[in-house]
Amino acid sequence: MFNYIVRRILQAIPILLVVLTLVFLVVRVLPGDPAVAALGDYASKDAVLALQERMGLNDPLWLQYVRFLGNLLTGDMGTSLVTGYSVGKQVVQALPYTLTLTISAILFGYIFGVPLGISAAVHRNSFIDYFNRIFSLVGLSVPAFYLGVLLMYFFSIRLRLFPVVGAGDPGDLGSLLHHLFLPALSLGLIMTAYVTRMTRSSLLEILREDYIRTAKSKGLAGRVVLYKHALRNALIPIVTLGGLYAVVLIGSSVMVEIVFSRPGLGKMMVGAIQQRDYTTLQSVMALYTVFVVVINLLTDLIYGLIDPRIKYD
Amino acid sequence: MNETSDFLLEVKNLKTHFFTDEGVAKAVDGVDFVIRRGETLGVIGESGCGKSVTALSVMQLIDSPPGKIVSGEILFEGEDLLKKTPTEIRKIRGNDISMIFQEPMTSLNPVFTIGNQIMENILLHQHTDKAEARKKAIGMLELVGIPSPDKRVDDYPHQLSGGMRQRAMIAMALSCHPKLLIADEPTTALDVTIQAQILELMKKIKTDIGMAVMMITHDLGVVAEVADNVVVAYGGKVVEYADVVSVFKDARHPYTRALYDSIPRVTDTQKRRLETISGMVPNPMELPEGCKFHNRCRYARPVCESEEPPLIDVGNAHLVRCFIYHETKSRFFDDIDGIETLRKKG
Repeated sequence: MFNYIVRRILQAIPILLVVLTLVFLVVRVLPGDPAVAALGDYASKDAVLALQERMGLNDPLWLQYVRFLGNLLTGDMGTSLVTGYSVGKQVVQALPYTLTLTISAILFGYIFGVPLGISAAVHRNSFIDYFNRIFSLVGLSVPAFYLGVLLMYFFSIRLRLFPVVGAGDPGDLGSLLHHLFLPALSLGLIMTAYVTRMTRSSLLEILREDYIRTAKSKGLAGRVVLYKHALRNALIPIVTLGGLYAVVLIGSSVMVEIVFSRPGLGKMMVGAIQQRDYTTLQSVMALYTVFVVVINLLTDLIYGLIDPRIKYD
Repeated sequence: MNETSDFLLEVKNLKTHFFTDEGVAKAVDGVDFVIRRGETLGVIGESGCGKSVTALSVMQLIDSPPGKIVSGEILFEGEDLLKKTPTEIRKIRGNDISMIFQEPMTSLNPVFTIGNQIMENILLHQHTDKAEARKKAIGMLELVGIPSPDKRVDDYPHQLSGGMRQRAMIAMALSCHPKLLIADEPTTALDVTIQAQILELMKKIKTDIGMAVMMITHDLGVVAEVADNVVVAYGGKVVEYADVVSVFKDARHPYTRALYDSIPRVTDTQKRRLETISGMVPNPMELPEGCKFHNRCRYARPVCESEEPPLIDVGNAHLVRCFIYHETKSRFFDDIDGIETLRKKG
């Protein structure tokens, strides 16, 4: 198990390297220039050249690349080309906002999605099932940012129950949670829709298995058959596919952060793209890659806990 | 002699139908048989003749909808199982009547150890604690011939071979010493040597704990090996019902005879073309009128197409569903070759 985790982390290094290289190249292919973006369209040529020199943009590409990787190895994410502040510090400030948002959305999705999916599968073709199916279909069709805008309109502007934008006062937990609720709900509802749908189909499939008939033939009560014998097996695809969808959710979280002006990594990344802030963008992208690798690793580990047929060696 | 007290299971006119969008499938359509204490009843027939549905009806494990037991009685120790509440049925399932299934590879839950699955049965039906149940589970595994049972008890099904899984299934089914074991093609999915071992094992345990067995199979060899009495099923009905010697030495129904003719024999010295039964097993959605076998029967007469023959006793409690043995209808058959061989022993 320990060896497996170590090996998976080592395997992540080449992935990270490829992504970092791609990001490094892609941001430099983007039209526009950080110096121009910083100084504006009407800046003089000399001023732009001077700024480019100061930003190190006139160095050969390979030198910039080596410098970037070298800094990263020492844990230094460099300084923002635009603000001049340390990227590392900014990331540390933004990270909790993104993590709380995505983790609460994933938890929300499982806490509500699994029971909804079970009820839909057990009461197949009933009113509950139809309601769940429509809910899942809508949830999977509506983009998170649009859902965010709708929720904001109803709950914040109409009902005035929640703040419209922002992330709350960092020192006040109540205020933080109050600001977290709507963004987490917009992502969480979509995750719920996905988990509901998966739970339903997975459970329906499992309920047709021979070992369910065996369990019934022992005289076990229906709920034991369902919650012990069927659900444990149904959870296997729910966890694996849920892990994949959690990755998609991270993508959506960027848009939700923009909609709710949440100072997380997503907002930081979009800002960096607009300002051609190469160093910030590279670091944030690297961090998102790490997220995906970690989620995949966690998925595989949980999978192994549920399914005894999986061996880590 | 009071014969009825001897009956452990008595199935009377059982009809189990499946109501689907395409129509009503009469999978079991009027089946009668009895199983005495300690008896092994062999149920044979082709796929789709209603063998498994009969067994699942006794266990009341028919998926409903679309399945429904539309009529009949299933008397277990004199009490009609069809009149019992689901809670009462659950106390009988796995305890007094248990069942083993055809597919050992898929009939055990892959995410629980076999010990856990056997203990589950014991804990459910007997008043024991976990340690005691575990001891019993290990004892059962030993009984069914699994080597080093104290280690195997913690194995998951995927760590066992097919034969070992079927042994584990049997251990689970027998863990509460049932009065009746329903075995639905328990050896079909296994290779021949394992098959023989499993049958031998079932015979031994049966005598040890004195249970009755309902052995469902399409393998005549299996029936010859283990059964006391035999039911031959066709088209959701019993077509022949007698003790095993009579059924093998003195088969009367044209279908049973045709089944024998389609088996190669060790004693075949000359090259012989194996007989086949022409046509297909009737679709339970559209069973033929009259005798269900008439369209494949070489003795069929017009009367067979219009009327359903009753089960006729041809002597020594040997029951056959064929007009050849009918007092008044049999005259229709007088001119047919080979009919004498069917009838002469009567």
